[in-house]
Amino acid sequence: MTKSVIKVQNLGKKYKIGLREPYYSLRDSVANLFKKKKPRDEFCALQGINFEVKEGEVLGIIGPNGAGKSTLLKVISRITPPTTGRVLIQGKIASLLEVGTGFHPELTGRENIYLSGAVLGMSRAEISKKFNQIVEFSGISQFIDTPVKRYSSGMYVRLAFSVAAHLEPDILIIDEVLAVGDANFQKKCLGKMGEVSQGGRTVLLVSHNMHSILSLSSRCLFLSKGKLIQSGEPEKVVKAYRESASGNSQGKTNLTKAAHYGDGSACFTHISLRDPEGNPIFVTGCNIEVELTIKAYENISNANVAIVISDEQENRLIDVNTLIKGYSLDLKKKQQAKVIFLLKNVRLQPGVYTVAVWMGAFASHEIDAAKYASSFEMEARREDVLYTSPFPGVYACEFDYKIKKDRGKGI
Amino acid sequence: MNNNGQEKITYEIKPPRGLIKIDFKEIWQYRDLLYILIWRNIKIRYKQTVVGVGWAIFQPLVTMAIFTVFFGRLAKIPSDGIPYPIFVYAGLLYWNYFSSALTTASDSLIEDESIIKKVYFPRIIVPISTAATPIIDFFFSMLVLFILMLVFHFTPNFWGILLIPVLILITFVAASGLGLFLASLNVKYRDVRYILGFFIQILFFVSPIIYPASIVPAKFKLIFYLNPMSGVITLARDTLLHHFSPNWLLLLISFGTSLIFIIGGTIYFRKTERFIADIL
Repeated sequence: MTKSVIKVQNLGKKYKIGLREPYYSLRDSVANLFKKKKPRDEFCALQGINFEVKEGEVLGIIGPNGAGKSTLLKVISRITPPTTGRVLIQGKIASLLEVGTGFHPELTGRENIYLSGAVLGMSRAEISKKFNQIVEFSGISQFIDTPVKRYSSGMYVRLAFSVAAHLEPDILIIDEVLAVGDANFQKKCLGKMGEVSQGGRTVLLVSHNMHSILSLSSRCLFLSKGKLIQSGEPEKVVKAYRESASGNSQGKTNLTKAAHYGDGSACFTHISLRDPEGNPIFVTGCNIEVELTIKAYENISNANVAIVISDEQENRLIDVNTLIKGYSLDLKKKQQAKVIFLLKNVRLQPGVYTVAVWMGAFASHEIDAAKYASSFEMEARREDVLYTSPFPGVYACEFDYKIKKDRGKGI
Repeated sequence: MNNNGQEKITYEIKPPRGLIKIDFKEIWQYRDLLYILIWRNIKIRYKQTVVGVGWAIFQPLVTMAIFTVFFGRLAKIPSDGIPYPIFVYAGLLYWNYFSSALTTASDSLIEDESIIKKVYFPRIIVPISTAATPIIDFFFSMLVLFILMLVFHFTPNFWGILLIPVLILITFVAASGLGLFLASLNVKYRDVRYILGFFIQILFFVSPIIYPASIVPAKFKLIFYLNPMSGVITLARDTLLHHFSPNWLLLLISFGTSLIFIIGGTIYFRKTERFIADIL
C-alpha cells in the first residue's frame, strides 16, 4: 500500500581533496597548466549507499562525525550532486539543514518570515496565508517589526523554527537543528513535527541525540565512514551504533601512549568507563564504574589514586580519591593492580566530560598523572528528552515541585 | 512550487554529465523566490542610511558635476552640441546601472553562500536577482534626467521615451550575462574581485560616457559597438537629446551582443552550477 518516495541506489560521493580547500587561486591554476597533472587525492564521503524510504516514514540517520550523514542529506536535497548512483524522489522536498535559513539580520521579523519562507520553498501566497499562524506560533508578535539583529538568540530561533514548522512539503529533511531552542519551544516544535509525520509526510532526520532518534523515528540508518552499516528498527540500530562507539575513546582506553607526567615509578596503563551493565553509555543519574589499571616499575607505597572529572570548560566537577576513604595503595616492583571506582547517581547535565587520573604519594609528590585520560558523553534521560540541553548549570539535581496559588486578588 | 492536484513532482538525482539544459519550467516555478530576493536586495540596500534612495539621485548628480568640471570645462571634451552636464548624465545613467549590476552579480554567489549551501533552488536566480535590483536606482536617476531636461529646455519625445525600457533591458541582459560568467568564476577564483575593478574601469573608458561616439575613428567603429553599452548610450542620447529616430542596426547589434553575453554566461554558469555548494 505505501509506496517508496525516496529510492537511493548505489549512491556515492567523492570529493577531490583540492575541492574542499577554501578557494583556488588563479596563479595556481595557471601554473598547473604547464605541469603534468597529478592524480589528486580523493575522499569518499559516501560509498554504495542503497535504501528506500516509504511514504509517511520517519527515518533517523545516525553515525559518528564524518560518517557522511550530512553529505547524504545534501545529495538528497539536491544541494550537491552525487558522483555515482542515483536518487529517485517523489514529492516536494524541504530541507532544514540550519536554523533560520535565508534570514537576513537587517530585516525585520515580518520581512524575514517572507524571505525565509520563500527560500525554504513556500510560495508568496502560501506565506501570506500562514503569516498570522507563524507569528502566533513564535510567540514574539510584539517584536515582529524589529530587525532580527536586535533579537535575542532565543527569539531568533523561535521565529526561525516557526517558519520551518509551517512548511508543508511531502518530504522534510532535518539535520541536527533540533539541538537548539529553549525546552518548551522545542517541545512545541517536536509536537508540530509529530503532526507532520502523521499527516503522511516523510521525514529524514539526522541527530546525535539518540533519544530524539528513538522517540521520533520509525526506522533508522547507521552510517560510518561513508558506508551504510545497518538499517532497521531504531532500538537495534542505536544499540549497534553504541556498541561500535565503545571501541573509541569512550570505554576502555590504552593510556600507555597518552601524555603523562610524574616520576614514573608506577604508571596508569588503561582506563575504562562503563555503566553497571558494562556499556559505555551514560545517562544523567546513572552509576559509572571507572576502572584504572596501574603497573608499578618500582616499589611504591602510600599512593593516593584519584580521578577528576571536568567539563568542556575545564571546570573541575568531581574529584574522588582513595584517600578520602582512608585507603592508600602499596605496590611492589612489576606488580599490577586495578582500582575500581563506583560513582553513584552521577547527576551531571548532558554534555561531554573529560576524565583525568592522578596518583601520588603525598600531595606534592606525583607518581603518575594524565590530564586527558578519557572522556565520556552524558546523555539526557529518555523521559527528560523534551527538557534537555538548553538549561544551564552543571548539576542536574533530582527535584519535585508544588505550586500554591493565592486567590488572584493581589495585595 | 504550486500544488497541481495529487500529481507529485518526481525527479531523479544523477551525477551531472555533459551539457545540462536550462530548465525554464523550473525557474518559472521559483519565480516567487526571484521576486522575494529582488525585494530583499532593495530592502537591505538602503537600510540604516539617512538619505536612503536619495543616494540613487545624489551619486550620479555629484559625478555629473565633477565630470562637467574636469572633462567638459578643463579637458574640453566635445559633446555633439549638447550641454555637457546633461550629455554626461544621460550616459552615466545607464553606465551606473550596468556597473552596479555587474559588480553585485559577480559577488552574489559568495554573498548568498549560506543559503546556497543549505537549500536547493536554481542557482541562476541569485545573480539574476542581484543584476535586476539596481533597476530601482536607475528609475530614480531617470526621473532626475527628466528634471534636467526641463532645466536645459529639452522636450521629451516619443522615440526617446519608448526606447528607455528597451535600452535598460539590453543593459540588464548584458550585465547578467557577464555577471553569470564572473559569478561562477568568482566561486572558484576569488581573484575575480580584484580584476573586476580594473575591468570596469577599462569598460568605462571604452564606452562613450564622457565623450560622444562620433569622435571614435571609423575603423574602430565595429569593435567599438561590440560593447553593448556603446550602442545603448549612443541610442539613448540620439533619441532623447538629439531627437533622432533610432538607428535600428545599432539597436540590433547591441541586442545581439548582449544575447551572446547571456548565452555564453549561462552555459558557463550551468557547467559550474552543480558544484557551487562544494567549492564555495
